[in-house]
Amino acid sequence: MPNRLPSRDVAIIGLGWTGSILAEQLTAEGLDVVAIERGPWRDTPTDFNVNTMPDELRYRIQHELFLRPAQQSLTFRNTLGQEALPVRTWGAFMLPNGVGGGGTHWNAEMWRFLPSDFVLRTHLTQRYGAAFLPADMTIQDWGITYDELEPFYDRFEYLCGTSGTAGNVAGRILPGGNPFEGARSRPYPLPAMKQGYGHALFADAARNLGYHPFPQPSGNLSAPYTNPLGVQMGPCSYCGFCEWFGCANYSKASPQTTILPTLALRKNFEARTLCEVTRINLDRTGRRATGVTYVDTSGQEWEQPADLVLLCGFQLFNVQLLLLSGIGTPYDPVANTGVIGRNFTHQTTSAAIGFFDKAKYNFNPFMSAGAIGMCIDEFNGDNFDHGPLGFVGGGYMGQVQTNGRPIETTPVPPGTPLWGHGWKQAIRDNYLSTIFSGAGVHGSFYSYRDIYIDLDPTWKDRFGRPLPRITIDLKPNELRMSAYLTDKYAEIIRAMGARQVVSQPRKGPYSMSAYQTSHLCGGAIMGTDPRTSALNKYLQSWDVPNLFVMGATAFPQNAGYNPTTTIGALTYWAAHAIRSTYLKDPGPLVRA
Amino acid sequence: MQQVTRRALLAGAATLLASGPGVRAAIIRGGRPWQPYAGGPPEPAGSGPWHWFTPEEGAAVEALVDRLIPPEPDTPGGRDAGCAVFIDRQLAGPYGSAAALYMRPPFRDGTKAQGNQSPLTPAARYRAALAALDAHCRAAFAGQPFARLPEAAQDRIIHGLEDSSLQLDGASGRGFFELLIKDTQHGFFADPVYGGNRDMCAWKMIGFPGARYDYRDWIDRHNQPFPLPPVAIGGGRPGWTPHA
Repeated sequence: MPNRLPSRDVAIIGLGWTGSILAEQLTAEGLDVVAIERGPWRDTPTDFNVNTMPDELRYRIQHELFLRPAQQSLTFRNTLGQEALPVRTWGAFMLPNGVGGGGTHWNAEMWRFLPSDFVLRTHLTQRYGAAFLPADMTIQDWGITYDELEPFYDRFEYLCGTSGTAGNVAGRILPGGNPFEGARSRPYPLPAMKQGYGHALFADAARNLGYHPFPQPSGNLSAPYTNPLGVQMGPCSYCGFCEWFGCANYSKASPQTTILPTLALRKNFEARTLCEVTRINLDRTGRRATGVTYVDTSGQEWEQPADLVLLCGFQLFNVQLLLLSGIGTPYDPVANTGVIGRNFTHQTTSAAIGFFDKAKYNFNPFMSAGAIGMCIDEFNGDNFDHGPLGFVGGGYMGQVQTNGRPIETTPVPPGTPLWGHGWKQAIRDNYLSTIFSGAGVHGSFYSYRDIYIDLDPTWKDRFGRPLPRITIDLKPNELRMSAYLTDKYAEIIRAMGARQVVSQPRKGPYSMSAYQTSHLCGGAIMGTDPRTSALNKYLQSWDVPNLFVMGATAFPQNAGYNPTTTIGALTYWAAHAIRSTYLKDPGPLVRA
Repeated sequence: MQQVTRRALLAGAATLLASGPGVRAAIIRGGRPWQPYAGGPPEPAGSGPWHWFTPEEGAAVEALVDRLIPPEPDTPGGRDAGCAVFIDRQLAGPYGSAAALYMRPPFRDGTKAQGNQSPLTPAARYRAALAALDAHCRAAFAGQPFARLPEAAQDRIIHGLEDSSLQLDGASGRGFFELLIKDTQHGFFADPVYGGNRDMCAWKMIGFPGARYDYRDWIDRHNQPFPLPPVAIGGGRPGWTPHA
């Protein structure tokens, strides 16, 4: 029998970005908050040592900071008719673990979604007609508008010390920024980062082709910064060990560098690490969460009662926990009923590698940063006319190369031998003079009826619970989008002066072996109708009103941007609704 | 609703404990926990005898890595770079035993997109493939193991593994080729602390400055060669006095 602990005002499951933001917001409100995190405590001065962090084998190849598949995995298949098999080693995406979550080892790209992304079905239907969309595409409006979210985007950007060049302040289009972005209430808190040679050359080539290049908005700081919580951050040193690594310079926005130093001192906050929540408990009506059950490292099971439960884990495990806890109706793709597991999406990335004459070009690829780079947004969302093209969606593209770490980033031209003198010579000839941005084309992934999450019938996790099962493939719409965008991207790389360009549009089937980003989205989406969404517009469960579910879990489909800034904005948006409305009168914030 | 059995919990705790030294559930209150060097440096690979390979296996892998990355006048080959030492130390540790991977049964064959489904650990795959490789060589080359063959014959055998024209008894030749080439290149390019990339030879060959952590003065000096030599976590800090 689990030991029953004294009740708290708030139990938070997972202490990554969303858990940290909500803990800060609700402790500020005076509530007693406990955060339960399945991974270890990690902090800059103790764990991200400047002497040992630049270690490609340990952190990039062997995934030191990530979840181990031995701890928790999933099963995967492309189509409904297949048997899903367990993911035994990570490939297509990486799953986080521990305090800070994905915010610990991300690149810190700080993109907002486009205003039209939030009303996607309405927008596309109005412009192209409903028949233009594939019959099995299940894209939805979010139930929230860009204008509603804008103040909270702003809040997250100022928390993080975001570095960038604004393209649209209060409707005024400004030179040097992204002319397609939604109106922002004020500029970024810090100027854009410096750019390396390859990044700058891409911008020149794009400008010559008539595009409007701008610096990628970055959570790697261009200058020292003190954020609104009084936490000090340092300038980025362009070390080239960003994504997959913790930052030893306090210069990558993460819960550790923006929130935890303040939050951890608050008397009404407590974190329990290496404790994994195994279910959310409900009362007999099934309409009210009574708290959570978790297991510590000794195997002891604990019950933590709470008035308010905030599900803040990684997208996939949020969905698994909802399914295991019997919250909401599981999605059935055949009957097209239910909501938990519905509208699961990822990202459709691609690349074009540029090989340059080594006598003329030295890119020093090792001088870089997670969110450095120059981009264009001409081919994102509905910024271009899809009418003649026969697909919807798009993405940003840019020279956003983050590193020159040699295990990962030593591309050689096709036809090079895999070993021997020929391989060695090709490595030597191309290392300093190649442009290679793995996700240089960062495309959208729209939702479909038969792409979803449920529980696997065969394989179990270490607690004996069914693994989450994903059914996912790349549809013709996404493949056409990737082919079109990758062609446009390759033209720019060629215009930079490359002697050889190797274009790599995304091909099907969706493969567990090909890394694409870790931007898994959906599965418990927000919306206006409980029949097609799990959460209302405040990320509150339709079924259990004292449960809120954070993160990309709520995205009805994925746009052509990195998701974290939208996740941060939605979390502040939900926190505002909880503080201003819910706490005064706990109950549904929207009547179904 | 799912029930968690006590037996499952104990198995779970063991898995978690295996994932890092001294990990215990903790309650954090009133400030951030401070523990110097909690992240810890990596354990140096060190010199001395093989940790995982038998002498015969070690000799075969030294010969293999020296053909995959052959020596040249200005850069060492895989053997002198320490690639075999690197692989040996990796196979003796959590990589070799697949400690971090999801290894629960049942094991079933799937599509290529579903990724590796083998129940064999990397260490077991090396053991089986190296035995089959030497058995093949002894049968085909008058009792000589791979390590004793002339370079041209060694190259032909590696090509045979690569294009699947050479089948190993009880092991996938192409699968072993892919595993070996990945591990060899990891050893060549990883920090020297892990046993390969001796004296940062691979980094010097391509112009990678290693574990330097600050290019603020250099990021916008475009198209200029970076003049400083590389530094490493393990045994590569020019200008620093080594600890006696």
